[in-house]
Amino acid sequence: MTVLPDSRELKVKTARPVHRPSLLLAILKSWEFLLFILFAAGVGASARASPYFLDIWNLSDATFNFTEKAIVALPMALLIIAREIDISVAGIMALASLVMGLGAQAGADWLLVALLGLATGLVCGMLNGALVTMFGVPAIVATIGTMSLFRGMGYAILGDQVIKSYPAGFEAFGQGYVAGPLSIEFAIFLALAVLFGIVLHRTVVGRRIYAIGNNPEVARFSGIAVNRYRFVLFSVVGLAAGLASVCLTSRLGSTRPSIAVGWELEIITMVVLGGVSILGGVGSILGVVLAALLMGLVTFGLGLLNVPGIVMQIVVGSLLIGVISIPGLLQRLALIMRAHP
Amino acid sequence: MKAAVPLAAARHPVASALRRWLGGRDVALAALNFVLLFAVALKFPNFVAPANIADILDDTAILFLLALAEMLVILTGAIDLSVAASLALTGVAVALVNAAHPELGVAPIVVLALVVGTALGAGNAVLVWKLRLPSIVVTVGTLAIYRGCIFLLTGGAWVNSNQMSDAFLNFIRVPFLGLTTLTWIAILGILGAGLFLTFSVAGRNLYATGGNRLAATYAGIDPGRMQALAFLISGAVSGLCGYFWVSRFAVAYVEVAQGFELQAIAACVIGGVSIAGGLGTVPGVVLGALFLGIVKNALPLIGISPFWQMAIAGAVITVAVIINASGEGRARAQRILKEKTA
Repeated sequence: MTVLPDSRELKVKTARPVHRPSLLLAILKSWEFLLFILFAAGVGASARASPYFLDIWNLSDATFNFTEKAIVALPMALLIIAREIDISVAGIMALASLVMGLGAQAGADWLLVALLGLATGLVCGMLNGALVTMFGVPAIVATIGTMSLFRGMGYAILGDQVIKSYPAGFEAFGQGYVAGPLSIEFAIFLALAVLFGIVLHRTVVGRRIYAIGNNPEVARFSGIAVNRYRFVLFSVVGLAAGLASVCLTSRLGSTRPSIAVGWELEIITMVVLGGVSILGGVGSILGVVLAALLMGLVTFGLGLLNVPGIVMQIVVGSLLIGVISIPGLLQRLALIMRAHP
Repeated sequence: MKAAVPLAAARHPVASALRRWLGGRDVALAALNFVLLFAVALKFPNFVAPANIADILDDTAILFLLALAEMLVILTGAIDLSVAASLALTGVAVALVNAAHPELGVAPIVVLALVVGTALGAGNAVLVWKLRLPSIVVTVGTLAIYRGCIFLLTGGAWVNSNQMSDAFLNFIRVPFLGLTTLTWIAILGILGAGLFLTFSVAGRNLYATGGNRLAATYAGIDPGRMQALAFLISGAVSGLCGYFWVSRFAVAYVEVAQGFELQAIAACVIGGVSIAGGLGTVPGVVLGALFLGIVKNALPLIGISPFWQMAIAGAVITVAVIINASGEGRARAQRILKEKTA
């Protein structure tokens, strides 16, 4: 047996700062700071290009094109940090929208319609969670399957039809304002961002999510109920997708099976762009929020330039691949630099 | 403790092989396909008429090819979600070339489709191999990029059948022994995939890469390189299928084959390919694709709206992955047992 150093000795050693990087430097080198600089530069450039950009109502309008995605991106970040992924979120949104539409047709009031949407999301998320935790199906395959199952049910029931009559009061979720230019949607997003930020960064639950993402086996042997965490995370992502569907359906005032098609790409891009490692264990809510704002700004700007949505896909796809390439590219660069000093 | 079973097997190798095969998943899947065929045939006898079977095969031919390409990628432990987008981009590209130069024969079109498809596959291959990025994220990204590129190429316009030359349209429809050229190409593709995976070193290495990446590395196989090879082949096949698709449906536009990658993955999963890599057979994938093909062709006949197809595919994938997940552990354990007793 080796002799363990006295704990006092250890304390002395760690207490002596040899080359401790300053907090300021750490912030400057962080991914979040880079995102913030990019965002600030984008806002600055837009403000110079158009004097109307900084108008508070214009900014408020600009939030609508990314808020629903950002609402799903927050719990998705937790899920990806825990080394899982959910590709079915857009499918969940479509199914939740369908159930809300059917509820509205059956005469439900605005509250019940919204609750139906949330409940559908939760049930779908629980199904994903059950597939992953009880049957041991890898998250990617499980959610690829349920993605076409959920959206397919939309197509099966609605076909090429559209539901577009909703009870009075339901439009508030996507079109209403809390106070002045602060929309209800955006207020929900901000509240959730604070909530998820606290859960991830200030609670035991958050630390355990990081632990699971860094090494699920070790986390399990450390006494963390890994599968319970996974199940809850999938359920929360489903619930958030239901909530996003409430907002989107309310904002559009219509339901069709192709609603939110391809959104999983943008939601996952938001999370990855926010600095969350797709391999798990790394990431912050601040990063995801900044990434959501940045992507919102980019798509809003491209929209003003009359770039069609399908071309924006190219930008989003390139952004996703570009961002995840950066660590690998830097590593290669470092290797080359070391080989040829 | 259970040494009696392998000993008995050693005494009757043929009988045990036969028993293992009969109890195997491929046979069960084949039986399922037959049950499905005859269940429909009870009500609609024409469904199993040779001409209709030939129609189903022709309709499923592209899925056979694409599912086998997807299988190569999944075997290495990766996944390619961009196959349908590569198919669409290549299909639209060759349709545009054909519209601009109708005098070109089929051969240059086929070569062009293979080249474009391989180039698109190379995009995935480089990102996965050289930058070691997770294939699912890479191909979700390239899926969006390739779809977007179709819009850049066409500006949203359609290429219609009247802009396609006769040679371009007819090549895949020539009947030979009752089957179309397209079906024969699919059959050749199936045979080729079987031979490649069973008898070539590269084919075996694909299995080894997905089966145990670390062990493969120690055995002198470069896993990244094998994944890159799988992505290149997958791209090339997608490209070729792109030409077949636009020629078969005589129209090319941005949303061609949207979501078809899910069908290809579904065929693999139903066919028993493990999404973790290293497990899967060509007959399994062919039977999985055939199952989807039969369902697709039976739906309108028994009066179910084609809008149900996506939900059914989703339900079938979900059930199949559950069966796979519970069977896979057993299959791996059996393999290890066999290796231990050998």
